[in-house]
Amino acid sequence: MTTPERAAPQRPPTPAAPDRGPDQRAPVLAAQGLSIEFPGVKALQEVDFRLLPGEVHALMGENGAGKSTLIKCLTGVYRPTAGAVLLDGRPVSFSRPAAAQEAGVSTVYQEVNLCPNLTVAENILLGREPRRLGMVDGRAMRARAAEVLEGMGVRADPGSALGSHPIAVQQLVAIARAIVVDARVLILDEPTSSLDADEVEELFRVVRAQRDAGTAILFVSHFLEQVFAVSDRMTVLRNGQLVGEHRTSGTTRLQLVGEMLGRELSASDAAPAARGDDASDREPVLRARGLGRRGGVEPFDLDVHPGEVVGLAGLLGSGRTELVRLLFGADRPDSGTLEVGGRRLRARGPRAAVAAGVAFSSEDRRAEGVVGDLSVRDNMVLALQASRGWARPLPQRAKDELVEEWIRRLDLRPASPDTLVRNLSGGNQQKVLLARWLITRPRVLILDEPTRGIDIGAKTQIADLVLELAAGGTAVVLISAELEEVLRLAHRVVVMKDRRKIAELPGDCSFDDVMGLIARSDDDHAHHELAPAGAERRTA
Amino acid sequence: MSTDVRTQPTGVAGAGASRASAARGWLDARSRFLPVVATFVLFVAMFAAGSLRHENFGSPQVFANLFIDNAYLVVLAVGVTFVILTGGIDLSVASVLALSAMVAAASLEAGWSAPLVVVAVLVLGAVFGTLQGLVIHFFQIQPFIVTLAGLFLARGLCYVISVDAIAIADPTFRAVASAYFVLPGTSVGVTPNVLVAVAVVLVAVVLLHLTRFGRTVYAVGGGESSATLMGLPVARAKVGAYAISGLCAAISGLLFSFYSLSGYSLTALGGELDAIAAVVIGGTLLSGGVGFVLGSLLGVLVLGTIQTLISFEGTLSSWWTKIFVGALLLLFVVLQRVLVRRRS
Repeated sequence: MTTPERAAPQRPPTPAAPDRGPDQRAPVLAAQGLSIEFPGVKALQEVDFRLLPGEVHALMGENGAGKSTLIKCLTGVYRPTAGAVLLDGRPVSFSRPAAAQEAGVSTVYQEVNLCPNLTVAENILLGREPRRLGMVDGRAMRARAAEVLEGMGVRADPGSALGSHPIAVQQLVAIARAIVVDARVLILDEPTSSLDADEVEELFRVVRAQRDAGTAILFVSHFLEQVFAVSDRMTVLRNGQLVGEHRTSGTTRLQLVGEMLGRELSASDAAPAARGDDASDREPVLRARGLGRRGGVEPFDLDVHPGEVVGLAGLLGSGRTELVRLLFGADRPDSGTLEVGGRRLRARGPRAAVAAGVAFSSEDRRAEGVVGDLSVRDNMVLALQASRGWARPLPQRAKDELVEEWIRRLDLRPASPDTLVRNLSGGNQQKVLLARWLITRPRVLILDEPTRGIDIGAKTQIADLVLELAAGGTAVVLISAELEEVLRLAHRVVVMKDRRKIAELPGDCSFDDVMGLIARSDDDHAHHELAPAGAERRTA
Repeated sequence: MSTDVRTQPTGVAGAGASRASAARGWLDARSRFLPVVATFVLFVAMFAAGSLRHENFGSPQVFANLFIDNAYLVVLAVGVTFVILTGGIDLSVASVLALSAMVAAASLEAGWSAPLVVVAVLVLGAVFGTLQGLVIHFFQIQPFIVTLAGLFLARGLCYVISVDAIAIADPTFRAVASAYFVLPGTSVGVTPNVLVAVAVVLVAVVLLHLTRFGRTVYAVGGGESSATLMGLPVARAKVGAYAISGLCAAISGLLFSFYSLSGYSLTALGGELDAIAAVVIGGTLLSGGVGFVLGSLLGVLVLGTIQTLISFEGTLSSWWTKIFVGALLLLFVVLQRVLVRRRS
């Protein structure tokens, strides 16, 4: 399968770094035609990937692009449906993470996977402690750990409990553990997501030193600036497919953002879907003023009018989800006010929001949305029942009629109200979740990634439904990682970046308008700001 | 290789920060011992208070009696410590204790030789624990439920063997039961049970702190998925902990039969809760990963001291023991929570 803009591995026009010509080297770790399918989702489709020795290679992509899945295939957590993983050119099949580790492929996960109750030295050497007469030699262990940490330039007492150190140090200890096994491949999955700017620099210093020692490093991050600061080459994934493989020095931010967000010239792009009239002259049903939360999203103003679809655009981690969680009261704001239908929402929390007619379909439908062990019928009437109170049960007949109606309108398959929700495909689960809120006839419907991980048919149906609802007077706030989708459906586009609302554009704005806004301000700050401004605020 | 300027170490700030955190780490490494120290202080204080109040309380023999009377509980608590360190729980230990004592008494009555009985009982306990561990790990069932089933199973089997108490007439067992050593240089006497209990504690300390198995037990308690991702033998550590707990319960059963020279189905009813209470009072976190065997020993001594104090008072009902234990338990759990919260 080939996407139109899929780029061949690029060779720079002039050799920029003659002493480091990674393209000539044989890859340490590679994937050929890697595919993996989960029920209802093609998580990876024929992905080729090459990781060279002595390079920092960034793996880029939006939510659901397949970054984590690729890493899990490389390290033996998942078994690919097709294709091969090559280590030193030979096909390998790691049965479990420990086997990958023994072969020299070490992974440091986003959440530090160490034991906070043990000492730093133990965490570095656990499982390969130096022994004397069959007994663990504590002194030798601390000495060895101290040696490794010193080699990395990290100052931490090897005898201290790991849990007493800040996350940044724990992250470095995790890397030390990987280094101790003489890892030839070091995979860093979002290592910087909870570090501040200084800590990121410290981490990068260690990463660069490892690279210069010949280790191949795979670096996953959604912070563009960090990727440009530390990586030599990059691979971009979107929707489980390879979009491009580039040298960092020959790539612009604009190009990268474009590839990550994707622009598919589809029929609906050429002919924008019929949108309702301009709704902005009506009284807004949702009005946020200075609403914000420290560590979440900076104070913003937002009006949403009846019959209007407001789309949120921005990269992963830009604060899209954080913003809508404030609107719904799922997170407690520490500044600003929120009005629904002209009445100020004083009571905080989702219950107040639901009572005021706001519905929120969460991004993580498995964890926060549907109840897998209940039937389609029970799932659909949950919210309605909750809003009526338990003392007034819904008559069985009314329940059945409603459920039948929505199964029909959403084209749910199988069209049986008694199926357990966990047996449905992702797209159909999403429809059940939507139906649950739609049954309550909300005035404002917040959809966070309603189309993620579902097939194209279900996507179209959900898109049509969004427009139909808006035409019927519902205000819709829509988040999607696919910018095309936002542009197609929204009457107004709110652009987010680094946990800030940076612009509001009319619905007929172009892909390049939005992309330009996101990428341009990045370039503006690039020279004096290595880590994105968001990093520091986020950890505050 | 490369002399890229970017590889130059950066940031005095970063270095300063890690130095500060190293200092905090030093303090913190010591705070791990705090609960144990607290238990020790409590024990000393209670013993001192008893000595001041009652003339004979402070004698070395009263202290030695703490060990003599509670030797079986020490061994039981040591076994449970392993399990709790992995983040699990073992409710079956007191039932396995009773079953071991019953099997010993019944098989001695049937004419088995004493060494054979001892070996058979130890194997029985270890196998019982191993089976529980295997079920817990490979079927991923909560240890609470599996060992609760074990509790009923073992206790029920006692009744299958005999509803009434079985007296032990075996000469070897009787000899051990009446043996008495005077510690050199003192007038203090102890029983073989005490020596066994002390030996078990020492072996457990070595096992937990000086072997890879022991460190893996702590790692599993600190985070099972982390331990798995670190490539550690999680299954071996978890199942091993339950096997050790079962083995300790069997040893404990033998000690109890030396102590009482009989086997009885109702022996140590609810004893698993005493053992767990001792472990918790000894500073081991129920969530796993933090704690020491010596703490559990101190925990048993604290429980024993409370009991002795109340018997010295003479006028207090023995139910006051339970009330004190309850209050202490609550105090220690709250103390641990406060410590953990301050740490994070």
